[in-house]
Amino acid sequence: MTETMKAAAKKDCRGVSCPMNMVYTKVGLSKLTTGDVLEVLLDDGPPINNVPGSVQREGHEILSKHQLEDGSWQLMIRKGVVKK
Amino acid sequence: MRDFSTEELDRYSRHILLGDVGVEGQEKLLAARVLIVGAGGLGCPAALYLAAAGVGKIGIVDNDVVEISNLQRQIAHFTDDIGRSKVESARDKMRQINPGLDIETYQLFLEAANIREIIRDYDFVIDGTDNFPTKFLVNDACVMENIPLSHGGILRFDGQTMTIVPGQSSCYRCSFRSPPPPDAVPTCSQAGVLGAIAGMLGTIQAAEALKFITGAGSLLTNTLLTFNAKTMAFRKINLKKQDDCPVCGKKPTITELVDAEQTTCDLK
Ligand SMILES: [Zn+2]
Repeated sequence: MTETMKAAAKKDCRGVSCPMNMVYTKVGLSKLTTGDVLEVLLDDGPPINNVPGSVQREGHEILSKHQLEDGSWQLMIRKGVVKK
Repeated sequence: MRDFSTEELDRYSRHILLGDVGVEGQEKLLAARVLIVGAGGLGCPAALYLAAAGVGKIGIVDNDVVEISNLQRQIAHFTDDIGRSKVESARDKMRQINPGLDIETYQLFLEAANIREIIRDYDFVIDGTDNFPTKFLVNDACVMENIPLSHGGILRFDGQTMTIVPGQSSCYRCSFRSPPPPDAVPTCSQAGVLGAIAGMLGTIQAAEALKFITGAGSLLTNTLLTFNAKTMAFRKINLKKQDDCPVCGKKPTITELVDAEQTTCDLK
C-alpha cells in the first residue's frame, strides 16, 4: 500500500513533542493542495497517540500509520478540503 | 506562503493549532494593520493582546501623558511611566511582548482635520476613546473611509461594544444619533469605573479585531453587547442598519467631518 502512495512532502517530527509536532504537521499541510499526501514521522507514545486524531478533526484523512524499525511512526496524511 | 521561523512557530503555536485560525490565520494576522484610538482603559489591554497575537502593524493614538489615577485600569502603564506619553509607554510594553512588530505612535488629538488620513493606513480600528464627540467622529470617519471598527465604552460597572462593518452592518450613529448633551451624562471622572471592566471590554474588542482579520467565527455586527459587572449579566441587543442614518444611510446628511465641542473626561 505504501509503495503506491506518493508523498508530496515530508515532515520529520521525531524528537518533537506535543503540541509542536502538530504545529509542524499543520505547516506541512498548509503548503499542499487538497488531495496531496504528507508523510510525517512521529515518536512513539503521546505523539502517535495524539497527532492522528487532531489531523482528522481538522478534516484530513489518515491513509496509513505504521511503526518503523527505530520505534517511531510513519503517518501518511491526505489533505482534506480546507476549512474556513 | 510565508515561511515561519522556528521562533515564530513556537510563539504563535496556540493560534496555529486553533482550527479556525491555523497557519493561514496567523499569516493574515502578521500582515494585518490595526489602529487603536486611545491608550487608556480599553486601548491598553487591546494593544497588549494585539501585540501578543502578532498583528503586524499596530498604530496607537493618544495625546495624554500617564497620570497616577490612570494606573487603576490602564494596564499597559506602570508607576514608572507617570509623566511619560501614553503612546510611548504602550509602545514599549507592546515591544517587550513582541519585538518584531511595526508600531506607529500618534501623540495627538484626533480631529476632523487629521482622522481620515490616519485611519486610511489601517484595516481595522479599535475605538477606545473616552468621550462621545470622539466616538462619533471615529464612527463617521470609519464609515466614510469604509474601515471596519469596534466601538467600546465603559462606565461604573457597565460596558458596551459593537462591531461595525461599513456598508454591511449598523453603524454607531444608526442607533445613537448624536452625542448626548454635555450635561446629560455625569462627568466620567466623577462617575468612577471598576478597573477590571476596562480589561473585559478592551479584550472583547481585541478578540473582535482578531476574528475580523482571520475570518474566524461571527462578529458583533448588528449587535450591541452589554454587560453589568455587578451581576455579570451579559446581554445582546439586535441592531439594524438604518436607511435614514445620517452617515451610512441612503441619503447621508453628514458628508464631511466637523469637530464637535469636546466634553472633557479622563475616564477611559
Ligand atoms: Zn449608520
